[in-house]
Amino acid sequence: MTTGILIAGFGGQGILFAGKFLANMGMLEGRHLSWLPSYGPEMRGGTANCSVVLSDDPIGSPIVNHPDVLVAMNLPSLDKYEDEVVSGGTIFVDSSLIGRKVKRADVRVIYIPATQLAHENGIATLANMIIVGKMMKECDFLPYDGIEQAVRTVVSAKHADLFDVNMKAIGIGYQYQ
Amino acid sequence: MGNKVLMKGNEAIAEAAIRSGCRHYLGYPITPQTELAAYMAKRMPKIGGVFLQAESEIAAINMVYGVAATGRRVMTSSSSPGISLKQEGISYIAGSDLPCLIVNVQRGGPGLGGIQPSQSDYFQATKGGGHGDYHLIVVAPSSVQEMAQLTGLAFDLAEKYRMPAMLLADGTVGQMMEPVELPDEKDVEFTEKDWAVTGTKMQRPHHIVNSLYLVPDELERKNFERFERYRRIQETEARYESFLMDDAEICVVAFGIAARVSKNAVLAARAEGLKVGMIRPITLWPFPSQALKEAADRVKGFVSVELSMGQMIEDIKLAISCRKPVELVNRAGGMIMSPDEVLAGIRKMNGGDNQ
Repeated sequence: MTTGILIAGFGGQGILFAGKFLANMGMLEGRHLSWLPSYGPEMRGGTANCSVVLSDDPIGSPIVNHPDVLVAMNLPSLDKYEDEVVSGGTIFVDSSLIGRKVKRADVRVIYIPATQLAHENGIATLANMIIVGKMMKECDFLPYDGIEQAVRTVVSAKHADLFDVNMKAIGIGYQYQ
Repeated sequence: MGNKVLMKGNEAIAEAAIRSGCRHYLGYPITPQTELAAYMAKRMPKIGGVFLQAESEIAAINMVYGVAATGRRVMTSSSSPGISLKQEGISYIAGSDLPCLIVNVQRGGPGLGGIQPSQSDYFQATKGGGHGDYHLIVVAPSSVQEMAQLTGLAFDLAEKYRMPAMLLADGTVGQMMEPVELPDEKDVEFTEKDWAVTGTKMQRPHHIVNSLYLVPDELERKNFERFERYRRIQETEARYESFLMDDAEICVVAFGIAARVSKNAVLAARAEGLKVGMIRPITLWPFPSQALKEAADRVKGFVSVELSMGQMIEDIKLAISCRKPVELVNRAGGMIMSPDEVLAGIRKMNGGDNQ
């Protein structure tokens, strides 16, 4: 099985970090994987997206043109990529930042007010990991085991103090109904 | 070989270079290869190596020339506009028969161009690049694993044939992360080269590193000797990957990131019942001409997939003596084709419509 994941939003929302976490989950599982950032001159506030491919077979293109899973963390991202999602795919929408509903009827849509939840819980910068937590709950390609190890790997030693808040964010997303 | 680690392509080049005995890195920052220089800046001082950010690309390549003359493993890296600046120095290094590694993580051009991935320096890399008759060994990784693997190979071949080698990557392979199994640490014990300029200690004749030959017949002889070496390299060092070519009627040719995209298209075409395979050049110089020539006996046509206006396609046509049609699927300026675009090219070659 091959799963193409596209995470898209503004620079500064932790788009690449969320992708890195998923890539590290893949590493722990011993799966084939690739992680590809959009890179550009834009920093905070610009657009950012990240392609992650998890597969049981060697990966061809690391560029996710037609995602199985789309995470849209702002409206321009949903506008741009909604039509590219494969039929039967899944779209995660940060409903605190995106006012509209997904138009397509042939995809599964999960709305979660991640940014609002992050603010309410005093972890304003971790809406990305709240969505990751929700992904762990909703997507069977991401087992919940090993999650602590993946967080430890992706939170660098220098920022080890951020381990707890990342785990908290994932927990909030995982439990969100 | 150890466990797999998750690394960016640019970082994998740096770590592999260190493990293959390189202790001298001279460079100048430019997107999208800066992670390579940053990695070297962090690691080299800790292992007794040299990291030096020169005042310009031109200075960096001339420092490479100097270190190469001593027989030590040395490298520089840059991206397209920076590589253009280095061309004079590269020509001098080739003219002095010295080994070194030059990494080009390509971006769109010409001019200052953009910073998104491209393969439009193919001509520059494979046809010499600077002035005079010369070649570089050119390797073209298409995965992070190959970024590491081909770095070591490029150093080895450069040393074996006493000529500069270029690792020709692109922004995508440089920026992406994949699991990589890094090569073992190579013994960096320095072996004296019988041509290196290391001081005679008054015990041997001088070794002279030079590219100036004012007597024409001497310069001609140097060129003839060099091209005799090039001929041997072309006969023995061409490398490529053959994918689903056994029964293929259409042969896709692509390298680097374009080959990764094409692989998806080949599999999609197979799912449609089209007999398609791919030859992926791993060395661009020497070009795997023989493999393509043999494929031309069996297939009805080729599809060249490139992030340029069509450069490698000329080498394909030369390799097959224009015996079969070659369709071009290309994007430029930092854009990357989708597997669907490659599939359309395959269908077109197969005689179907272009939808």
